[in-house]
Amino acid sequence: MSIAGQTNRKRYLVTAICLFVVALMVFPLIVSLFASVKPAAEAQAVPPSYLPTSLSLESYLNFANYQAGLGVYLTNSLVVAFLTIFFCLLLAVPAGYGLARFPIPGKEFLFLLLLASLMIPYQALLTPLLLVFNKLGLQQTQVGLALIHTALQMPFSVYLMRTSFEAVPKDLEEAAMIDGCNSMEALFRIFLPAVVPGMTTVALFAFIMSWNEFIAALIFMNSESKFTIPVMLVASRTGSYGAIDWGMLQAGVIISILPCALLYVFLQKYYVSGFLNGAVK
Amino acid sequence: MAARSYVSRSWLTGLLYVAPALIFIGVIVLYPFAQLVYMSMFRWNLLEGQGAFRGFGNYVRAWEDEQFWTSLWFTLKYTLVITPILLVLGYLAALLTMGRSRIQNFTRGVIFLPVVIGLGSSSILWFWLFDQQVGLFNKLLMDVGLIDNAPVWFADQNMAMLGVIISVTWKIVGLGMILFVAALQSIPNDITEAGMIDGAGYWRRVWSIMVPLTLPTITLFIIVSAVPSLLAFDQFYIMTQGGPRNQTITSVYWIYTNSFRSFRLGYGAALSVILVAMIFAMASLQILITRWKGRR
Repeated sequence: MSIAGQTNRKRYLVTAICLFVVALMVFPLIVSLFASVKPAAEAQAVPPSYLPTSLSLESYLNFANYQAGLGVYLTNSLVVAFLTIFFCLLLAVPAGYGLARFPIPGKEFLFLLLLASLMIPYQALLTPLLLVFNKLGLQQTQVGLALIHTALQMPFSVYLMRTSFEAVPKDLEEAAMIDGCNSMEALFRIFLPAVVPGMTTVALFAFIMSWNEFIAALIFMNSESKFTIPVMLVASRTGSYGAIDWGMLQAGVIISILPCALLYVFLQKYYVSGFLNGAVK
Repeated sequence: MAARSYVSRSWLTGLLYVAPALIFIGVIVLYPFAQLVYMSMFRWNLLEGQGAFRGFGNYVRAWEDEQFWTSLWFTLKYTLVITPILLVLGYLAALLTMGRSRIQNFTRGVIFLPVVIGLGSSSILWFWLFDQQVGLFNKLLMDVGLIDNAPVWFADQNMAMLGVIISVTWKIVGLGMILFVAALQSIPNDITEAGMIDGAGYWRRVWSIMVPLTLPTITLFIIVSAVPSLLAFDQFYIMTQGGPRNQTITSVYWIYTNSFRSFRLGYGAALSVILVAMIFAMASLQILITRWKGRR
């Protein structure tokens, strides 16, 4: 009886603390969402209110019409993000296959080289990269920015693809060899279907990182029509007339958060397991 | 026989699969790194390009640059304050949500949600929440009676740092939590049950059983969370804009200012090399610690 009472009390306590923590964590997001649907004048009010008195999409329209128009910036961000996913898979899938399934001499050293960008922070490399890109004609291009994002994501992608390929049972590979497959056929027919979860995780992380990345986008896409969403969001703070349009800013915050939040809600399993596999090396 | 010939040519084939990634890293990471070291020895202007050879002149200049030391010290202070906060709060969040009940699962999901939000977006969000006039965080603090007047968060160095720490903690506390949940869940049940039978209370079990058993994860977390703090830029660029009076300029911020605002690329490169050396030293330290632990 007393034990049951105690565990019950403990469960209530845990529930209460959980609800309190949840309230703390969602407070910024909820009030930002509310502020974004207030009429623009109300979003500027001092003192502020938690709830909107009436709903209005005015702030979203203001944000959508900011400078070159939201469509341009969304396109910039999406193109860079999808190019990043493409490059990450294009490079990391074969690299993971090679490292996991072939007896390459000095393999661990090559693997370390691929992880080099963990040791050399990309923030330090932005100036020389700017010069390299000038030489290659990649300045102010989405391909250029996507290449930097790919480099950022390389250690994680290669690591994850390598472990995915290593996890494929040996019997499958032997069956392929008996059938007379060469390594390329084996990759496409046997291995790729087996490493789809790993590829999904790589793509998911590449998208979220690229969508959110700030400093490289700030430096490499510095002409106004090339901005990605985070750079545009920061630029829109100053607004056209110097005063901050708080409602528009919150509409921007919500729009910039939405794709990643949705991906997280629907692909949570891949995200969390990928994070644990990647971080707990 | 067929299988043997497959294996014997396979290492070259394997290398061909790895080659594109290697070439890529060579062009985008290793070559620029060599270029960075080279640039750091020259006067180098964005428009005019390479200038006079300065040898270690840029490094000497860094040594004498007061703002460089201020920013380095500030970055270090920021890292030393935020790391333990993230560690303790992340661990507590893990203890709270490591169970498998529905409310705990839900709470874990909510705490992790801001991790996928960009640091840029979350910094803008908190910039608004902290605003003295329209900020709802101030209003909340006043409404629950924690403070009487709305503070000006970014008016001095300590308040500015506190503001940034609150916002960044909100954004990334879920990372540590997920790591610690995984570590805590892997502790066999009978160990904690044995502790319970021996009469150890909850916090005693946490301190004497769970913390020691998750020590490797704790060490790992300290390293993986300290490095991004040493490289902090977005949150200060957006929330404090380096102010007041340049007191919240971090190392990366100072490199950015020199390279991309004043266009002193050579000097910026020297500062970058110093930063890379520091990060490298930290990473080596981590490897040494893990090796040393492995040997014990």
